[in-house]
Amino acid sequence: MSEIRLIEIKEEILTDNKEEAAKLRKKLKDRGIFLLNLMSSPGAGKTSLILRTIEQLKTKFRIGVLEADIDSTVDAEKIVAAGIPAVQIRTGGFCHLDAGMVMKGLDALDLSVLDLVIIENVGNLVCPAEFDTGAVKNAMILSVPEGDDKPLKYPLMFNICDVLLVNKIDYLGLSDFSMETLHERVHTLNPHIAIIETSCKTGAGIDMWSAWLAEEIKKIENEGNINDE
Amino acid sequence: MHELPVMQSILTIVLKHAAMHNVKKVHAINLLVGKLSDLEAEWMQRYFDYLSAGTVVAGARLNIEWVPAVLSCEVCQTRVEINKVNLDGITCPACAKNKFQLVSGKEYHIKNMEAE
Ligand SMILES: Nc1nc2c(ncn2[C@@H]2O[C@H](COP(=O)(O)OP(=O)(O)OP(=O)(O)O)[C@@H](O)[C@H]2O)c(=O)[nH]1
Ligand SMILES: [Mg+2]
Ligand SMILES: [Zn+2]
Repeated sequence: MSEIRLIEIKEEILTDNKEEAAKLRKKLKDRGIFLLNLMSSPGAGKTSLILRTIEQLKTKFRIGVLEADIDSTVDAEKIVAAGIPAVQIRTGGFCHLDAGMVMKGLDALDLSVLDLVIIENVGNLVCPAEFDTGAVKNAMILSVPEGDDKPLKYPLMFNICDVLLVNKIDYLGLSDFSMETLHERVHTLNPHIAIIETSCKTGAGIDMWSAWLAEEIKKIENEGNINDE
Repeated sequence: MHELPVMQSILTIVLKHAAMHNVKKVHAINLLVGKLSDLEAEWMQRYFDYLSAGTVVAGARLNIEWVPAVLSCEVCQTRVEINKVNLDGITCPACAKNKFQLVSGKEYHIKNMEAE
């Protein structure tokens, strides 16, 4: 009988996805496209926010959308009805998007005519946090009816995002949601995250969100110009 | 919830090393996993058994060393281990501030394997 050996491996799991994501980020940067990854629980308002963003920014940026509904085309149809190209990504029942799936989705869009691509990730606060999509910025929506305790339950998601949208603030008066407690809980895990309060119903805060996004897009464009010189 | 792609990634890496070392059978794989990941040991093993069937890795035991989730105070760099019970209202034990950087808890690492 042969002996049992200890073989060193020392490798990171999911490196394949990280490498694909880095490649995609580089490719999009070279082409001057800003990729935003939007995450939330089901129904927090991802599609509504994308529609509001389109209203505000479509004259400034040429926008495209990748929709990751597990098994329907409802959201993609809403985006197309707003006059914006949208592609449905089949996740095959998967609970998240990975960089490879995003790449395939992007292939179906005409990138030469786009400045901004928004990914509506699968509705889920767990898995998408672990898979880099290749996006430049990660945004998440927490809606008021979900409660202010979510950072305690899904710390990783709150930790990896660059901006948090607290949506459905029109429900604030109807619930015990404390905005102050939420800010504290989020900043404990991620002191530099931007927090923007919105209502996709009344339109409150949408101008602030659009300004944040436009600013981030401009920053990346300027970086690109500096690199070109 | 996303055990399957993670297990697939582990299997691919292990098979690559098994081929490099002419391995006939893998008995155990030693992993480091951050506590912030929502993976569960039992499900990891089940998915892994399913994926590795028919390979030299079939039947290998996954030994998981869980890496604690640790925050570092933004002001004085004091470290605090967190869990889902003490996270609410947590403050720095040294300076009482409540803004931190995450320093560990996201690990996903394969250390080594026991094989013949
Ligand atoms: N009152 C109120 N309702 C909202 C707001 N934002 C979204 N909704 C409603 O919430 C429901 C879900 O919104 P969607 O935009 O479809 O949410 P989603 O995150 O895209 O949902 P999934 O794609 O199914 O995960 C819809 O009925 C929206 O009209 C808001 O700010 N206030
Ligand atoms: Mg939607
Ligand atoms: Zn301190």
